Amino acid sequence: MQLKKPAVVGTLESCDVQITLFPNPGKGVEINLDSIVKVMFEKSILQTVREELEKFQISDAIVQINDKGAFDWVIRARMQAAICRSAEVAFDWKGVS
Amino acid sequence: MVKNCMGRELPEQVGFYKVKPYMGPFAGKPGDQPVVSRRKPERSPQGGSKVKTLEEAIVASGLKDGMSISFHHCFREGDMVISQVLTAIRKLGIKNLSFNPSAVVNIKNPSIVDFVKDGTISRISASGIRGELGDAVLAGLMDEPVVLRPHGARPRAIEAGEVSIDVAFIGASAADEYGNATGQIGPNACGSLGYAFIDATSAGKVVIVTDNLVDFPLAPVSISQMYVDHVAVVEKIGDSDKIGAGAARMTKNPRDLLIAERSADLIAASRLFKEGFSFQTGAGAISIAATIYLSERMEERGIKASFALGGMTANIIDMFRKGQVRVLECSQSFDAVAARAIVEDPNILEIDNALYANPFTKGSLLSKLNFGVLAALEVDTDFNVNILTGSSGEMMGGLGGGPDVATDADISIVTLPVVRGRTPSIVKRVFTLCTPGDTIAAVVTEAGIALNPKHRYYAELKEDLEKTNLKLVSIEYLQQLAESMTGVPEPIETTDKVVCIVEYRDGTVIDVIHQIKK
Repeated sequence: MQLKKPAVVGTLESCDVQITLFPNPGKGVEINLDSIVKVMFEKSILQTVREELEKFQISDAIVQINDKGAFDWVIRARMQAAICRSAEVAFDWKGVS
Repeated sequence: MVKNCMGRELPEQVGFYKVKPYMGPFAGKPGDQPVVSRRKPERSPQGGSKVKTLEEAIVASGLKDGMSISFHHCFREGDMVISQVLTAIRKLGIKNLSFNPSAVVNIKNPSIVDFVKDGTISRISASGIRGELGDAVLAGLMDEPVVLRPHGARPRAIEAGEVSIDVAFIGASAADEYGNATGQIGPNACGSLGYAFIDATSAGKVVIVTDNLVDFPLAPVSISQMYVDHVAVVEKIGDSDKIGAGAARMTKNPRDLLIAERSADLIAASRLFKEGFSFQTGAGAISIAATIYLSERMEERGIKASFALGGMTANIIDMFRKGQVRVLECSQSFDAVAARAIVEDPNILEIDNALYANPFTKGSLLSKLNFGVLAALEVDTDFNVNILTGSSGEMMGGLGGGPDVATDADISIVTLPVVRGRTPSIVKRVFTLCTPGDTIAAVVTEAGIALNPKHRYYAELKEDLEKTNLKLVSIEYLQQLAESMTGVPEPIETTDKVVCIVEYRDGTVIDVIHQIKK
């Protein structure tokens, strides 16, 4: 899947994460992480972000993350929304339990 | 390296400090020697006045390089005494001091860090070093370790000669020319001067610092003229808005309210909840709400308390005025209402912090306490409590009276949410061990109450709570619940350098804090 335009999701409220996605054609994945729980969860957050990109087969993206201590499933949901918005596709609810 | 009985590894010597490993809550015994004081007999000056400028008072006190100074933290974040005194000392070119306040709250402009960097201060001991200083110390600011002691341990250490104070600077919101002083009246009243009594009676020289010189003789008196060498008059000792910003409001956070209500329910379910019981609740958001719920339970059951202890808040003053508590024993006043109340009623007492919590006296008030409600940053599955360091390796709190209350109160209740944001509060192993788990009776969370099977009141408390609909869970369940929400955090990386010693109340070392890798 290709990202088509910049997209912003999420808020800067406590326990939420704001994610901004930019297309990055041909230049791979670049992640800038800012998190209040970076000391504890840097690796986990980066892994989650990469996994979500891989699920949508996105190999080029700039991902800016401003995390206010969101749980993992929140980060995943925000990533999925950001990808769908940036790639201009509808989220596929099939298979979501 | 040695291990204490909690399994924490400790070096045998850290800089100047010789480590005695912690061996259990009641293992430490007082020595045989008489209590130590640096106070000397002096010929009482005839008439006259002890009033000087701050600089004159410092010079007259004989303060020199390498000596030891002390302060109280009764003005909390509104304190302007510490920075003024340190600035005057720096101007006089005196260096290498040992700085021993009862606690360091978040003092900025100038920060204590500046006085360490320029060599005015080279050693620190306190109950906590929250704020800029704490974070700088964790990052490796000092060559010598900072010694952290609970409230009860400070007067004990002074009387044991482990802490020796050359000059005590005691901020007072009213004082007279001959040195009588108090925190109860005046525009910058802070209420109880509880932490300052041990300094007044034990320091070599005592300087009262005030911005409110009143006619001799002052009344009421907290610190007597017979302990005071000099009275330094300055323009302002504090910011009254920050000393006691009115009464703290009841939290609206539904999770905190739930935890607070459950801790009050736990107290009300205990067989020790009967006419003449005693309690200490504290000043955190959950504690204040717990106090209000406790007041309701007392009203419903028609039960009155004999005394409330420790740091006072407006809600406890309310309970007193409604006749729900007979005596308030105030070692500290947390807000303006509590600060002004002492002078208004003979049953609201200003008490010495040593009377509150020193384990090695002929009778501390904690030894008569039924219920203590405590806050915590982290609790682990052995019920050990961390009240100093946050999960990202920052200094977030002070020991306060936590370890004292936990050990001496019949039933000690730690209140905290299972997670704070993505930070788990119930963990497998606390980063800094401050209060030993054996001394904690119960942990109250939004997901249930965990009773400690190793606590001396376990069987009784379990029986009492099983008659209620309160949800009892295991501490392991709470830990797993927290981890299921947050994931497993990466451990905080540290170096080999020990930057803080965490003393238990008897002077043994329960844990050390290593420098945090940045």
